[in-house]
Amino acid sequence: MKRRTLLASAAMGLALAAAPAFAQDKPKIAFVYVGPVNDGGWSQHHHEAAVKMKEHFGDAIEMVEQESVPEGADAERVLTQMALSGADLIFTTSFGYMDPTINVAAKFPDVKFEHATGYKTAENVSAYSARFYEGRAITGYLAGAMTKSNKIGYIGSFPIPEVIRGINSSFLHAKKANPDVEMSVVWLSTWFDPAKEADATQALLDQGVDVVLAHTDSTAPLSVLEKAGGFGFGQAGDMYDYAPQPRLSSIIDEWAPYYIDRVQAIIDGTWTSQNVWQGIGDGMVGIGEITGPVPEDVKSTVLKMKDDIAAGTYHPFTGPINKQDGSAWLADGEVAEDGVLAGMDFYVEGLTAEIPN
Amino acid sequence: MDPVLLVASIMVSATPILLAAIGEMVVEKAGVLNLGVEGMMITGAVVGFAAAVSTGSPVIGFAAAALASAVLSLSFGFLTQVLLSNQVATGLGLTLVGLGLSALVGASFEGVRAPGLGKLWIPGLAEIPVIGPMVFRHDFMVYVSLALVAGVWAFLKYTRAGLILRAVGEDHESAHALGYKVVRVRLAAIFFGGACAGLGGAYVSLVRVPQWTEGMTAGAGWIALAIVVFASWRPLGVLIGAYLFGGVTVLQLNLQAAGAKVPVELLSMSPYVITILVLVVISARGVHGAPGSLGRSFHAST
Repeated sequence: MKRRTLLASAAMGLALAAAPAFAQDKPKIAFVYVGPVNDGGWSQHHHEAAVKMKEHFGDAIEMVEQESVPEGADAERVLTQMALSGADLIFTTSFGYMDPTINVAAKFPDVKFEHATGYKTAENVSAYSARFYEGRAITGYLAGAMTKSNKIGYIGSFPIPEVIRGINSSFLHAKKANPDVEMSVVWLSTWFDPAKEADATQALLDQGVDVVLAHTDSTAPLSVLEKAGGFGFGQAGDMYDYAPQPRLSSIIDEWAPYYIDRVQAIIDGTWTSQNVWQGIGDGMVGIGEITGPVPEDVKSTVLKMKDDIAAGTYHPFTGPINKQDGSAWLADGEVAEDGVLAGMDFYVEGLTAEIPN
Repeated sequence: MDPVLLVASIMVSATPILLAAIGEMVVEKAGVLNLGVEGMMITGAVVGFAAAVSTGSPVIGFAAAALASAVLSLSFGFLTQVLLSNQVATGLGLTLVGLGLSALVGASFEGVRAPGLGKLWIPGLAEIPVIGPMVFRHDFMVYVSLALVAGVWAFLKYTRAGLILRAVGEDHESAHALGYKVVRVRLAAIFFGGACAGLGGAYVSLVRVPQWTEGMTAGAGWIALAIVVFASWRPLGVLIGAYLFGGVTVLQLNLQAAGAKVPVELLSMSPYVITILVLVVISARGVHGAPGSLGRSFHAST
């Protein structure tokens, strides 16, 4: 598990030995991942973006990474350790690192932090997130169009705004493609547990679901769907290995440009705390090639939707939309505010399940 | 919700932990506490996957997984039985080694497909309505796991070798005084436990998921350890425990998928609560259940 850390430390040691005079000046950039860096999904794509960033800057910076860090107390320990060992900028790449990041940042005012997918910021803590719900609109529409049983499933990790936005966006657009569609949601209380993800996929299939949208980190759901003959989507990565069946398309995380940008700001001394939320238009969310037996008209509809979202002429949460209890949320033509989306804790009308506490 | 599909997927979900737990039970019956189950499972998962992909045969995959994990467990055996190292520390070390080693070996197998394992319909029985599709239409490893439980039960209860194994676990000094080779018996038990954990791991990577992903056993080995305690070291208890733990996981996922309004958190923690209750009940009755020499190093002074 700690292999990469070992390699990184070894490389660091060599660098220190070779150029002791410069070692102090080089910005040290650290990354913390919630899963292993080859999970095939979320953590892998943060890691690959980090590697791209390192290639971009070459010897001008040092980079350290730590993978499979549990969210919670362990994260705080790891972050403290990184800050003590001289990191200048620490990227904490999972929602659950939010409070640990804020806590540790308060103790190390000179160290900068970048927290992914959260909403809390501080003088030295930035928040960055991608508008994945824009991608979920595309995959949701495809799911609605491709289901034969009119039942689609969604595998959620934790009931946090990020995932609830994904569920709502997927469901709204599945409904656009197919007004009769129903969606089952299964919560796993984990980001990464291939066996549980596979079991959940099987449970959904047993209920008659034939298209599954996953919001967890491994490719296990696609493996099960491949065997059972259902359809699914790449999540975090393209997962093109699973095309044309079961993979229909994918939502791809493109973190590298942002990482390069922020590290450059550290080098230039221009880093300031910010809260950014970028989508398809900014290039932080990519949509993978559409594969499989998707009809031409469906394909052109979603590609048009993608272009409209990128251009800013279509917002996936455009009224009229009611909340689950039937009360009005957005009036006709009204677009959701970022503030509401950032803290989204309700389902839209038509979803039957309840959000667990 | 279809109860037939539910029972069938519970059996699949419970098989990895059943295999690992029945192996660990034998190890503990011999008086050895091997906390390295997770490490041996993940090793079995990667080796089984690699062997199955390379040869195209899942059966060879399972055999290779059992062998690899058994050999790995012998390193634990050597350290604890010959060099008399601390069993708890060495077992934890074994888990860390297994996780690291498997990540290294498995790197080139990410995203590769496993050859499918066909379902074995038990002739005649598979045709029975309801029961047939529930119980008699699985892949062969499900039956192997059940046969292993029955085999271990018969071995411990009815054979002389089983009696010796239990004697070694209950009181190694006395067993030694009677002339039994304590260390040799324990090494054999550790080997068997490793092989079972390897089979369990390979079942995750070849059947249940089926793919190789680093860290994919995700704590199943620890659940197997809990099941042994839950079972108070009885084979039938291990079977019930594994199906209960596996069953609750699958049941809560199915209830959610069916849209039932159930408190998922309560259901998820119920096996652990039951384990604690079982422990309380056993202690209250005064019958401990644990082998007398469990976790103690044995050194023949004469």
